[in-house]
Amino acid sequence: MAVVETRNLTKIFKQGEAGAVNDVNLATREGEFLVFLGPSGSGKTTLLRMIAGLETPTAGEILIGGKVVNELSPRERRIAMVFQSYALYPHLSVYNNICFPLKAQKVPRDQHRQKVEWAAGLLGIGRLLNRKPRELSGGERQRVALARAIVREPAVFLLDEPLSNLDAKLRASAREELEQFHKSVGTTTIYVTHDQVEAMAMGDRVVVLHQGVVRQIGTPKDVYENPADTFVATFLGSPPMNLIEYSDIIVGFRPEGFLPADLVPGGKQVSFRYRVKYVEYLGAERVLYGNIEGSHFESKEIIARLSWNMPTGYDAGSVHDFAVAESDLHFFDRKSEKRTNPRPFPWQ
Amino acid sequence: MQGKWRAIGARVVHVLVLFVFTVLLAFPFYWMLIATFKQNLDMYKTDNNPFLFNLPPTMENLHLLFYETRYVHWLANTALVGVIVVAITLLLAVPAAYALARLTGNWGERLGIAIFLTYLVPPTLLFIPLSRVVADLGLQDTIWSLVVVYPSFTIPFSVWLLMAFFKSIPKELEDAAMVDGLSRFGAFVKMVIPISTSGILTVVIFTFTLVTQDFVYALTFISPEANQMVGVGIPIFLVRGDVYYWSSLMAACLIASLPIALLYNTFLDRFIAGFTVGAVK
Amino acid sequence: MAVKHAKIKSAGAAQSPLLGAAMFGPAILYIVLLIGAPFALAVFYAFSDARIGSTELHYVGLENFRSILHSPTFRQAVQNSIVFTVSAIVIVVIASTILSLALEVPFRGRGMIRFLILLPWVAPVSLGTIGWKWILDSIYSVITWVLVYFHFFSPYNTPMWLGEPHLAMASVVCVHCWRLIPFATVVMLAGSSAIPKEIPEAAGIDGAGYFRTLFWIKIPMMLPIINVAVLFSTIFTFTDMTVVYILTDGGPFDSTQTLPNLAFATGIQGSDLAAGAAISLFLVPVLVAVAYFMLRVAHRAEVV
Repeated sequence: MAVVETRNLTKIFKQGEAGAVNDVNLATREGEFLVFLGPSGSGKTTLLRMIAGLETPTAGEILIGGKVVNELSPRERRIAMVFQSYALYPHLSVYNNICFPLKAQKVPRDQHRQKVEWAAGLLGIGRLLNRKPRELSGGERQRVALARAIVREPAVFLLDEPLSNLDAKLRASAREELEQFHKSVGTTTIYVTHDQVEAMAMGDRVVVLHQGVVRQIGTPKDVYENPADTFVATFLGSPPMNLIEYSDIIVGFRPEGFLPADLVPGGKQVSFRYRVKYVEYLGAERVLYGNIEGSHFESKEIIARLSWNMPTGYDAGSVHDFAVAESDLHFFDRKSEKRTNPRPFPWQ
Repeated sequence: MQGKWRAIGARVVHVLVLFVFTVLLAFPFYWMLIATFKQNLDMYKTDNNPFLFNLPPTMENLHLLFYETRYVHWLANTALVGVIVVAITLLLAVPAAYALARLTGNWGERLGIAIFLTYLVPPTLLFIPLSRVVADLGLQDTIWSLVVVYPSFTIPFSVWLLMAFFKSIPKELEDAAMVDGLSRFGAFVKMVIPISTSGILTVVIFTFTLVTQDFVYALTFISPEANQMVGVGIPIFLVRGDVYYWSSLMAACLIASLPIALLYNTFLDRFIAGFTVGAVK
Repeated sequence: MAVKHAKIKSAGAAQSPLLGAAMFGPAILYIVLLIGAPFALAVFYAFSDARIGSTELHYVGLENFRSILHSPTFRQAVQNSIVFTVSAIVIVVIASTILSLALEVPFRGRGMIRFLILLPWVAPVSLGTIGWKWILDSIYSVITWVLVYFHFFSPYNTPMWLGEPHLAMASVVCVHCWRLIPFATVVMLAGSSAIPKEIPEAAGIDGAGYFRTLFWIKIPMMLPIINVAVLFSTIFTFTDMTVVYILTDGGPFDSTQTLPNLAFATGIQGSDLAAGAAISLFLVPVLVAVAYFMLRVAHRAEVV
């Protein structure tokens, strides 16, 4: 069990170009499941690889368990990694795949079988030990990769988008298994993904990255309900937050907070005349796309999200009274895009 | 700290390995280059350092080669045979490879392998019966004997190479062309061939190099000096009696090798893909 | 040919056996006529008394085989063929593995080095061999000069690289290796570059150092490619006559005689086509073995 910490960590691949990772400072907590979330190109995988020791930082320090590990090779860092492609050794059986780290680290022979079987048991793949990777399904391969990672009882787990190679249906159940796995083993885990649903579901805390810079670190609740800037605000939540600009300020409100006026809970609220352009019926909810009449942002498409048990009748072409509670408004400075204090906003 | 020393040590070993191998593999050509321009008095003195010019370099060896031997003739023969064999090979191998890659399903795969296996039947096995066949056809002692025989080893490998190449072209392209009204063969000619230029170019280069590499057939089928190819002419005829005109010999080898080396080098990755198709996925 | 094919419409069918047959027919025909038929002819000659210049042809049963099997030259040739090939393969595989590892990582000048390293393979066989003939000359050898310079030999007792039996054998093997190492190296490079880079990385994270990763992960994954390199190198060495012919022509005293060279000497130079054919047929078992292993490699690769 160890804490991973980075201080001013930077990676520049090409001289003169923007860095892939820029001045990142973060620290995990013991035993937590920390998610690196961001779109492709945000630097999350590069960050992970630097922690693993597969890339050398251009500047900054990496600490594992309080020790600076910049000079240490991957195998000296006591970490385990699961790659996106799982990187199973194709010519070795599942048993030998899992056993490989033990052999490499010169664990005494007589302990091998017991440890392999323990790891395999933890992931429910005991019956697959004699198979070769090519005979396994995607989900099974992922479990073998995890078993191989856990068998060394590492201080930190690093997972690089391990669910992205699975098809959608499998992903949900695999996600649940990973969560259970983390609960039972309790090792500090860093998990990289571009899927914000995964991040919110699995993470104890989320590190939101964009263009190599940390935008916000916080619990799923923090980053969703109190986004630090417009990027975090729009990246988390689907459909994304509605953002409206005026002079030097940006105001945002989430679609699920933009409701028919009589459904908005009491208290101060802002009212609008909303013309619906079209509706997406999604079963559990309906998503409305439309415009706010008579405002200076009339041309901007505003999204509303009604759950299935709300009244119907908001069809394409109709106009209604909609509203947002003032407490659900988020304010951002237009230049810096960072969150700022609530200000009066000219709605007309 | 230990990491630093290990890294330096690894670097040293790396450079050493490269240096040793490069020297061992390439020095004969450096040697040929020097020998080409060495005066005879310089060449044949055992005390002289062979790696340097002890006497000033000379062009007389090249002069001998080009004006007093049939070297140029042999180069012309080789080029001519090369071009014709390339044409024949393309004509036969390109449709064959396409057919095997696309049209014949399961059988295509098996036939493809069978064709590849014929590449394993060496000239040193077939040259004896072929010498008789060539004589009976009246092609003995002419370059036409080679024109007829060479495709027997250029076609199999070309088919194999092109098969892999055609397989990598998505079928959808031809399907789209056929939906647009072309026949299967029309799609082949108008769609597939134009985008296969790199594969075809590879086959051209490879066939040409195979032609220049042959020794057995040319030696067996052709006796007169005037009709010989460069690969056989040089060892057989540039030896006058017991005296080897080594300098001219080296010049001849170098001049004939370099263009081929340059061509080959450009297309190397493709050749290797041909050899390793199937083994490397 | 074009007219004939244009008449065949496929109407969208994926299988067009007729068109297919017409398109690969000529190639197959060529191969059958120029490889299959001569091969059968070689077998036929081996059982006959064919000679150059003579139109007579009689069946003589196993006579040719009997006489060549009794010949010490033949037995020496078989032994040499096998010994040379095996020696060359061993040296080539080890050398090319090392060299391919050195060439794996990009570095400045790699293209140039690759070009230089490839020269032995791309230069026509006979021409490279002639170069070696001069390098190995009894009197003027460059190697000798260097050895004399460093006082390993006295100038009056220089080795006869091609004139002394054991040295000649070593020389022949060396030239074969010199030619094949570039080829094998490039094949190996193709193999090692096909390994997804995450796998050695995973091995590193798992705790494996350079050599453990190399021997337990990389080389086993490269085995199909190593196989291909070995099989082709075997063919190129075993069936080659050029190197021996130019360097030593089988001498001194048949110490470097090999099957292909003997077949040529007997069949063409000695005009005894039948005996020559019989000798060359002894190449077949090795070819069949190689073909078998090639098919296995190809088959295994399909399954993966």
